[in-house]
Amino acid sequence: MKAVRSHLLLCGGTGCRASGGMTLKDILEAELEKRGLSDEMKIVVTGCNGFCALGPILVVQPDDVIYVSLKPKDIPELVSEHFIKGRIVKRLLYKHPVTKQEIPTMQQIPFFAQQELRVLRNRGLIDPEKIDEYIGRDGYSALAKALAEMTPDQIIDEVEKSGLRGRGGGGFLTARKWRTTRSAPGAVRYVICNGDEGDPGAFMDRSVMEGDPHSVIEGMIIGAYAIGASKGYIYVRMEYPLAVKNLAKALTDARAYGLLGDNILGSGFSFDIEINRGGGAFICGESSALMQSIMGKAGEPRAKYIHTSEKGLWDMPTNLNNVETWANVPLIINHGSAWFASIGTKGSTGTKVFSLVGGVNNVGLVEVPMGITLREIIYDIGGGIKDDKKFKAVQTGGPSGGCIPAEHLDTPVDFDELTKLGSMMGSGGMIVMDEDTCMVDVARYFINFLVDESCGKCTPCREGLRHFLTILTRITEGQGQEGDVELLEEIGDGMIWGSLCALGGSAPNPVMSTIKYFRDEYDAHIRDKKCPARVCTKLITFSIDPETCIACGKCKKVCPVNCITGAKKVPHVIDESICIRCRACYEVCPTDAVKIR
Amino acid sequence: MSPISADQLRKIKLKIQNENALRYGVGRAKVTVHMGTCGIASGARDVLESLLVDIAQYKATDVIVAVDDCVGLCEREPLVTILKPGQKPIEYEKMNPDKMRHVFKEHFIVTEIQEPVEGESGQSNEGKRSQSN
Ligand SMILES: Cc1cc2nc3c(=O)[nH]c(=O)nc-3n(C[C@H](O)[C@H](O)[C@H](O)COP(=O)(O)O)c2cc1C
Repeated sequence: MKAVRSHLLLCGGTGCRASGGMTLKDILEAELEKRGLSDEMKIVVTGCNGFCALGPILVVQPDDVIYVSLKPKDIPELVSEHFIKGRIVKRLLYKHPVTKQEIPTMQQIPFFAQQELRVLRNRGLIDPEKIDEYIGRDGYSALAKALAEMTPDQIIDEVEKSGLRGRGGGGFLTARKWRTTRSAPGAVRYVICNGDEGDPGAFMDRSVMEGDPHSVIEGMIIGAYAIGASKGYIYVRMEYPLAVKNLAKALTDARAYGLLGDNILGSGFSFDIEINRGGGAFICGESSALMQSIMGKAGEPRAKYIHTSEKGLWDMPTNLNNVETWANVPLIINHGSAWFASIGTKGSTGTKVFSLVGGVNNVGLVEVPMGITLREIIYDIGGGIKDDKKFKAVQTGGPSGGCIPAEHLDTPVDFDELTKLGSMMGSGGMIVMDEDTCMVDVARYFINFLVDESCGKCTPCREGLRHFLTILTRITEGQGQEGDVELLEEIGDGMIWGSLCALGGSAPNPVMSTIKYFRDEYDAHIRDKKCPARVCTKLITFSIDPETCIACGKCKKVCPVNCITGAKKVPHVIDESICIRCRACYEVCPTDAVKIR
Repeated sequence: MSPISADQLRKIKLKIQNENALRYGVGRAKVTVHMGTCGIASGARDVLESLLVDIAQYKATDVIVAVDDCVGLCEREPLVTILKPGQKPIEYEKMNPDKMRHVFKEHFIVTEIQEPVEGESGQSNEGKRSQSN
């Protein structure tokens, strides 16, 4: 028998799977077999590595080399060069976007180097389907400690001292919610994990549930013990099948080890967890709507004069926390509140996981200390704006978050600072927009999403959003009227004051923040009937500059409505009356002769 | 799987940490076998095999094995470097499976390096061991 000398950590997150990661696994397996290496090199399918835009990703240990964007045809070379001869295959390494230098190890890549991995402590390091691998990384030691050495009150005190605030959006103090639930009268108490993650473009919670399900489960068991709950639910959306699969396996294994169920670790404490699959409605992420959904009713929120921590599921005291909030709990128990609070800002301790998407060079999942500036996230970790374009705004907080402009890039990111800027932390989506983005169109885009997702129960949200959409649409189509901006602000105010839940209460954010920071763009659309970013199709025209046109015919070929004419060596012409402004000619022109005005 | 105690939890942890030492980068030592085309031609593959067999046999999974390209000292191949945390790397040259087995035992089974074993074929490793910086 031979010892295994190398672990090939293949990212099995949804992103890498979508780019062919599992086909790669089969090919890699076959190639290792062919070269007689199967018994000395072990393929480990891990959770999400985080560098999602460059999948499939393979990390080779003990060499600590990371390969990106792998294709099946790269595998034979990788095996014969690196695995057999010990030569790193340079062309498959990550290249620095500016210097074009190949970077072999994760720690040298700026995207990874500046992150602080706490919630993502096992990122890319363990097989999420193996409970032993989680235990090998200190897993369930916090649970053992909590049950053996701490009283429920001591646990809540420790969480309180850590300053942990909920990562699901509102930033509520976790310990306060726990204490209320613990002291509320009720025959049974429940804890719930909110894995609905309805924000478009967000995938933090998915990655944790898929890649490290036990970290969430362990946090929930500790919380349940502190609160005195006997039953837990993990609410996951339908669109996350891999998260459901990995969580289900994790629950089965935890039960088999006696970490869930009756008399956990011989402590006398009993608790179990069930997975509840949601239909994928954004509103079902809201606490009271989520509980309705678990009870089999339509996901509609209710007024909060009675808190769910007092009357939640089946009118019993119920504590709801976000995936990331739960995953932080074992760390606080193991390392203590002082350690936890040693990074972050005064009001927001610890780290936050963001999904960094949009116009940045490095798209992916990042965990950073609270208080880091937007600039550091976007430029240092994100590698700056793609194609050397200019930064315009960053949208934080999901669809009902706000857009923050360049002048606030040095703002430290924490719950309170983002709210001050008219945006919010939300659950951690971060969409970066470049100079080619029309901010009115962005507002319209998010409102269009929210119109569909509003449950319709209360009038301010239901009607306010519809009117928002009507007005924004007419502005982007050149039909805007003087006074439209003021009307939008008035509707927004009404929604903030009158909506039943935070969906309606925060839905005006994308509109209000773009008016606040980009008022000139609204005015250009309304008064001059112009879209400064040249995005709104009704306000732009396409033409070809005869001086720069080389008559190559490329634009003619791609035009879907055949509105471009011109013979060989004759500058081409666009017939504006037929043009549908699809931009195809603009994208394909090799000499930038197509002009948008 | 059956219910475990807190004590068994700790045991699983230690077992996994040992088994996965190479993944977490926290081994007792790192043994590098220099491969490359010339290393392989002079028998480095057999040296590697012998090392892996010994690690399995002695359950010494916290000894991390790396393969590296040849370092350009082709006439002294196969080359093996042993690196222990906080110590200077030790290089062994003109290795073969037997010598590898011997070096492995010296370093990892009997913890202190002993005098070369009498009657060993080829060069004794005494003259061949060099400290490199
Ligand atoms: C429309 C809407 C959608 C929400 N979606 C989510 C979600 O997907 N995930 C989440 O954790 N919290 C979501 N929340 C926040 C929850 O209502 C709740 O505050 C949170 O789950 C509590 O957990 P925490 O204290 O750990 O943050 C949403 C809130 C609203 C108003």
